[in-house]
Amino acid sequence: MTIYSTLFYLLAVLILASTAIAVTRRNMVHAVIYLVISFFGSALLFYLFGAPLLAALEVIIYAGAIMILFLFIVMMLRMEGLEDRLFPLKQWLPAVGVCFVYGMVLVMLIVSDTTDAPPMPAAAAAPATFGQFLFQRHWLAIEIVSMLLLIALVGVLRLGRDAGGKTRPESEVAQ
Amino acid sequence: MIVPYSQVLVLAGLLFLMGMFCLLSRRNLIMMVLGLEIMLNASAVAFVGAALRWQHLDGQAVAIFIIAVAAAEVSIGLGLIVWIYRRTGTVDAGCIESDACRID
Repeated sequence: MTIYSTLFYLLAVLILASTAIAVTRRNMVHAVIYLVISFFGSALLFYLFGAPLLAALEVIIYAGAIMILFLFIVMMLRMEGLEDRLFPLKQWLPAVGVCFVYGMVLVMLIVSDTTDAPPMPAAAAAPATFGQFLFQRHWLAIEIVSMLLLIALVGVLRLGRDAGGKTRPESEVAQ
Repeated sequence: MIVPYSQVLVLAGLLFLMGMFCLLSRRNLIMMVLGLEIMLNASAVAFVGAALRWQHLDGQAVAIFIIAVAAAEVSIGLGLIVWIYRRTGTVDAGCIESDACRID
Protein backbone atom coordinates (compact mmCIF):
# COMPACT_ATOMS: atom_id res chain seq x y z
CA MET A 1 0.00 0.00 0.00
CA THR A 2 1.78 3.07 -1.24
CA ILE A 3 1.27 6.62 -0.05
CA TYR A 4 -0.80 7.33 -3.18
CA SER A 5 -3.31 4.60 -2.47
CA THR A 6 -3.53 5.70 1.18
CA LEU A 7 -4.29 9.21 -0.04
CA PHE A 8 -6.93 7.85 -2.43
CA TYR A 9 -8.73 5.95 0.32
CA LEU A 10 -8.63 8.95 2.68
CA LEU A 11 -10.04 11.23 -0.02
CA ALA A 12 -12.70 8.67 -0.96
CA VAL A 13 -13.87 8.43 2.64
CA LEU A 14 -13.89 12.25 2.93
CA ILE A 15 -15.89 12.71 -0.29
CA LEU A 16 -18.41 9.98 0.44
CA ALA A 17 -18.95 11.05 4.05
CA SER A 18 -19.42 14.75 3.30
CA THR A 19 -21.74 13.99 0.37
CA ALA A 20 -23.80 11.60 2.49
CA ILE A 21 -24.13 14.26 5.19
CA ALA A 22 -25.03 16.88 2.58
CA VAL A 23 -27.87 14.95 0.94
CA THR A 24 -29.57 14.25 4.27
CA ARG A 25 -29.47 17.77 5.74
CA ARG A 26 -32.74 19.62 6.22
CA ASN A 27 -31.03 23.00 6.42
CA MET A 28 -29.96 23.86 2.90
CA VAL A 29 -27.10 26.15 3.97
CA HIS A 30 -25.53 23.23 5.84
CA ALA A 31 -26.00 20.99 2.80
CA VAL A 32 -24.23 23.50 0.54
CA ILE A 33 -21.31 23.87 2.98
CA TYR A 34 -20.86 20.10 3.22
CA LEU A 35 -20.94 19.88 -0.57
CA VAL A 36 -18.16 22.47 -0.74
CA ILE A 37 -16.06 20.10 1.39
CA SER A 38 -16.96 17.26 -0.97
CA PHE A 39 -15.90 19.27 -4.01
CA PHE A 40 -12.61 20.23 -2.36
CA GLY A 41 -12.03 16.50 -1.86
CA SER A 42 -12.81 15.89 -5.53
CA ALA A 43 -10.30 18.59 -6.50
CA LEU A 44 -7.60 16.88 -4.42
CA LEU A 45 -8.57 13.59 -6.09
CA PHE A 46 -8.11 15.19 -9.53
CA TYR A 47 -4.68 16.41 -8.44
CA LEU A 48 -3.82 12.89 -7.30
CA PHE A 49 -4.91 11.56 -10.69
CA GLY A 50 -2.51 13.93 -12.44
CA ALA A 51 -4.87 16.70 -13.57
CA PRO A 52 -3.70 19.90 -11.85
CA LEU A 53 -5.62 22.18 -14.24
CA LEU A 54 -8.86 20.33 -13.58
CA ALA A 55 -8.19 20.45 -9.84
CA ALA A 56 -7.90 24.24 -10.01
CA LEU A 57 -11.02 24.48 -12.18
CA GLU A 58 -12.95 22.28 -9.79
CA VAL A 59 -12.14 24.61 -6.90
CA ILE A 60 -12.82 27.77 -8.91
CA ILE A 61 -15.99 26.72 -10.73
CA TYR A 62 -17.64 24.01 -8.63
CA ALA A 63 -16.68 24.95 -5.08
CA GLY A 64 -16.42 28.65 -5.84
CA ALA A 65 -18.93 29.80 -8.40
CA ILE A 66 -21.67 27.16 -8.40
CA MET A 67 -21.92 26.66 -4.66
CA ILE A 68 -21.88 30.42 -3.99
CA LEU A 69 -24.71 30.72 -6.52
CA PHE A 70 -26.65 28.13 -4.53
CA LEU A 71 -25.97 30.07 -1.32
CA PHE A 72 -27.27 33.27 -2.95
CA ILE A 73 -30.48 31.57 -4.03
CA VAL A 74 -31.00 29.88 -0.65
CA MET A 75 -30.61 33.23 1.11
CA MET A 76 -32.72 35.09 -1.46
CA LEU A 77 -35.84 32.93 -1.26
CA ARG A 78 -37.80 32.56 1.95
CA MET A 79 -38.39 28.92 2.75
CA GLU A 80 -39.57 28.63 6.32
CA GLY A 81 -41.38 25.43 7.17
CA LEU A 82 -40.69 23.84 3.83
CA GLU A 83 -38.28 21.17 4.99
CA ASP A 84 -40.35 19.96 7.91
CA ARG A 85 -40.48 16.44 6.59
CA LEU A 86 -37.28 15.28 4.99
CA PHE A 87 -38.73 12.42 2.95
CA PRO A 88 -42.33 12.64 1.74
CA LEU A 89 -43.89 9.21 2.01
CA LYS A 90 -45.17 9.15 -1.55
CA GLN A 91 -41.66 9.68 -2.88
CA TRP A 92 -39.78 7.60 -0.35
CA LEU A 93 -40.70 4.21 -1.80
CA PRO A 94 -39.91 4.86 -5.50
CA ALA A 95 -36.66 6.59 -4.57
CA VAL A 96 -35.53 3.67 -2.43
CA GLY A 97 -36.63 1.24 -5.13
CA VAL A 98 -34.68 2.93 -7.92
CA CYS A 99 -31.60 3.36 -5.74
CA PHE A 100 -31.83 -0.28 -4.62
CA VAL A 101 -31.89 -1.51 -8.21
CA TYR A 102 -28.93 0.76 -9.05
CA GLY A 103 -27.03 -0.49 -6.00
CA MET A 104 -27.73 -4.13 -6.92
CA VAL A 105 -26.38 -3.57 -10.46
CA LEU A 106 -23.30 -1.89 -8.95
CA VAL A 107 -22.67 -4.81 -6.57
CA MET A 108 -23.20 -7.35 -9.35
CA LEU A 109 -20.72 -5.51 -11.59
CA ILE A 110 -18.15 -5.45 -8.78
CA VAL A 111 -18.63 -9.15 -8.01
CA SER A 112 -18.53 -10.25 -11.64
CA ASP A 113 -15.32 -8.31 -12.32
CA THR A 114 -12.69 -11.01 -11.97
CA THR A 115 -10.01 -9.41 -14.12
CA ASP A 116 -7.06 -8.60 -11.95
CA ALA A 117 -6.14 -5.17 -13.24
CA PRO A 118 -2.85 -3.74 -12.02
CA PRO A 119 -2.91 -0.49 -10.06
CA MET A 120 -2.65 2.62 -12.18
CA PRO A 121 0.79 4.24 -12.32
CA ALA A 122 1.03 7.80 -11.12
CA ALA A 123 1.36 10.37 -13.89
CA ALA A 124 0.65 14.03 -14.35
CA ALA A 125 -0.27 16.17 -17.34
CA ALA A 126 1.15 19.68 -17.20
CA PRO A 127 -1.48 22.40 -17.71
CA ALA A 128 0.35 23.70 -20.80
CA THR A 129 0.35 20.24 -22.40
CA PHE A 130 -3.30 19.77 -21.59
CA GLY A 131 -4.23 23.19 -22.97
CA GLN A 132 -2.39 22.56 -26.24
CA PHE A 133 -4.05 19.16 -26.57
CA LEU A 134 -7.46 20.69 -25.87
CA PHE A 135 -7.16 23.43 -28.47
CA GLN A 136 -5.59 21.19 -31.12
CA ARG A 137 -7.86 18.18 -30.89
CA HIS A 138 -11.10 19.55 -29.47
CA TRP A 139 -11.32 23.11 -30.78
CA LEU A 140 -14.81 22.59 -32.22
CA ALA A 141 -16.14 21.31 -28.88
CA ILE A 142 -14.57 24.33 -27.16
CA GLU A 143 -16.45 26.63 -29.54
CA ILE A 144 -19.71 24.76 -28.96
CA VAL A 145 -19.27 24.98 -25.18
CA SER A 146 -18.57 28.71 -25.35
CA MET A 147 -21.74 29.09 -27.46
CA LEU A 148 -23.65 27.10 -24.82
CA LEU A 149 -22.44 29.41 -22.06
CA LEU A 150 -23.46 32.46 -24.12
CA ILE A 151 -26.93 30.99 -24.69
CA ALA A 152 -27.23 30.22 -20.96
CA LEU A 153 -26.31 33.84 -20.18
CA VAL A 154 -28.95 35.19 -22.57
CA GLY A 155 -31.55 32.76 -21.24
CA VAL A 156 -30.92 33.67 -17.62
CA LEU A 157 -31.12 37.38 -18.46
CA ARG A 158 -34.47 36.80 -20.19
CA LEU A 159 -35.79 34.77 -17.24
CA GLY A 160 -34.61 37.35 -14.73
CA ARG A 161 -36.21 40.28 -16.56
CA ASP A 162 -39.53 38.55 -16.96
CA ALA A 163 -40.38 38.56 -13.22
CA GLY A 164 -42.54 35.47 -13.61
CA GLY A 165 -45.74 36.95 -15.01
CA LYS A 166 -46.58 38.88 -11.84
CA THR A 167 -45.13 42.07 -13.20
CA ARG A 168 -45.51 45.09 -11.02
CA PRO A 169 -47.10 48.19 -12.54
CA GLU A 170 -44.77 50.74 -14.03
CA SER A 171 -45.46 53.37 -11.38
CA GLU A 172 -44.39 50.97 -8.63
CA VAL A 173 -41.22 50.07 -10.48
CA ALA A 174 -40.35 53.71 -10.98
CA GLN A 175 -40.49 54.54 -7.30
CA MET B 1 1.02 3.07 -8.12
CA ILE B 2 -2.33 4.42 -6.99
CA VAL B 3 -5.23 1.95 -7.11
CA PRO B 4 -6.92 -0.23 -9.75
CA TYR B 5 -9.38 1.64 -11.93
CA SER B 6 -12.28 -0.49 -10.69
CA GLN B 7 -12.04 1.12 -7.25
CA VAL B 8 -12.27 4.58 -8.84
CA LEU B 9 -15.40 3.38 -10.65
CA VAL B 10 -16.86 2.16 -7.34
CA LEU B 11 -16.24 5.59 -5.78
CA ALA B 12 -17.85 7.35 -8.76
CA GLY B 13 -20.77 4.92 -8.71
CA LEU B 14 -21.45 5.51 -5.00
CA LEU B 15 -21.29 9.29 -5.52
CA PHE B 16 -23.73 8.97 -8.43
CA LEU B 17 -26.03 6.87 -6.23
CA MET B 18 -26.07 9.57 -3.55
CA GLY B 19 -26.86 12.26 -6.12
CA MET B 20 -29.66 10.15 -7.57
CA PHE B 21 -31.12 9.54 -4.12
CA CYS B 22 -31.02 13.28 -3.38
CA LEU B 23 -32.74 14.01 -6.72
CA LEU B 24 -35.48 11.43 -6.23
CA SER B 25 -36.30 11.77 -2.56
CA ARG B 26 -36.41 15.53 -2.08
CA ARG B 27 -39.21 17.88 -3.05
CA ASN B 28 -37.32 21.12 -2.71
CA LEU B 29 -36.27 22.21 -6.21
CA ILE B 30 -32.93 23.60 -4.97
CA MET B 31 -31.99 20.27 -3.38
CA MET B 32 -32.94 18.49 -6.62
CA VAL B 33 -30.55 20.69 -8.63
CA LEU B 34 -27.91 20.01 -5.96
CA GLY B 35 -28.39 16.28 -6.58
CA LEU B 36 -27.82 16.85 -10.30
CA GLU B 37 -24.55 18.60 -9.47
CA ILE B 38 -23.40 15.62 -7.41
CA MET B 39 -24.18 13.27 -10.29
CA LEU B 40 -22.24 15.41 -12.80
CA ASN B 41 -19.28 15.56 -10.42
CA ALA B 42 -19.33 11.76 -10.06
CA SER B 43 -19.12 11.32 -13.83
CA ALA B 44 -16.23 13.80 -13.97
CA VAL B 45 -14.37 11.74 -11.34
CA ALA B 46 -14.87 8.61 -13.46
CA PHE B 47 -13.58 10.37 -16.60
CA VAL B 48 -10.44 11.74 -14.91
CA GLY B 49 -9.70 8.27 -13.53
CA ALA B 50 -10.10 6.84 -17.03
CA ALA B 51 -7.66 9.43 -18.38
CA LEU B 52 -5.07 8.13 -15.94
CA ARG B 53 -5.93 4.48 -16.60
CA TRP B 54 -5.35 4.70 -20.35
CA GLN B 55 -2.72 7.46 -20.15
CA HIS B 56 -4.65 9.63 -22.56
CA LEU B 57 -5.81 13.22 -22.19
CA ASP B 58 -9.23 12.71 -23.77
CA GLY B 59 -10.75 11.84 -20.41
CA GLN B 60 -9.59 15.13 -18.91
CA ALA B 61 -10.97 17.00 -21.94
CA VAL B 62 -14.39 15.42 -21.39
CA ALA B 63 -14.19 16.33 -17.70
CA ILE B 64 -13.58 19.99 -18.57
CA PHE B 65 -16.65 19.93 -20.84
CA ILE B 66 -18.67 18.36 -18.01
CA ILE B 67 -17.67 21.24 -15.72
CA ALA B 68 -18.69 23.81 -18.35
CA VAL B 69 -22.04 22.11 -18.98
CA ALA B 70 -22.64 21.93 -15.22
CA ALA B 71 -22.05 25.68 -14.94
CA ALA B 72 -24.53 26.40 -17.76
CA GLU B 73 -27.07 23.95 -16.33
CA VAL B 74 -26.95 25.36 -12.81
CA SER B 75 -27.33 28.96 -13.99
CA ILE B 76 -30.38 28.09 -16.12
CA GLY B 77 -31.81 25.85 -13.39
CA LEU B 78 -31.49 28.43 -10.64
CA GLY B 79 -32.89 31.12 -12.94
CA LEU B 80 -35.92 28.89 -13.54
CA ILE B 81 -36.29 28.28 -9.80
CA VAL B 82 -36.32 32.04 -9.10
CA TRP B 83 -38.87 32.46 -11.91
CA ILE B 84 -41.08 29.72 -10.44
CA TYR B 85 -40.75 31.25 -6.97
CA ARG B 86 -41.86 34.66 -8.21
CA ARG B 87 -44.80 33.14 -10.06
CA THR B 88 -46.08 30.67 -7.45
CA GLY B 89 -44.42 31.73 -4.21
CA THR B 90 -42.94 28.33 -3.48
CA VAL B 91 -40.00 26.12 -4.43
CA ASP B 92 -41.74 22.88 -3.44
CA ALA B 93 -42.18 20.64 -6.46
CA GLY B 94 -45.48 19.31 -5.08
CA CYS B 95 -47.02 22.78 -4.70
CA ILE B 96 -46.41 24.25 -8.14
CA GLU B 97 -49.40 22.98 -10.09
CA SER B 98 -52.08 23.58 -7.45
CA ASP B 99 -52.66 26.58 -5.24
CA ALA B 100 -52.79 24.58 -2.04
CA CYS B 101 -49.71 22.61 -1.15
CA ARG B 102 -50.52 18.93 -1.21
CA ILE B 103 -49.26 17.32 1.97
CA ASP B 104 -49.60 13.60 1.75
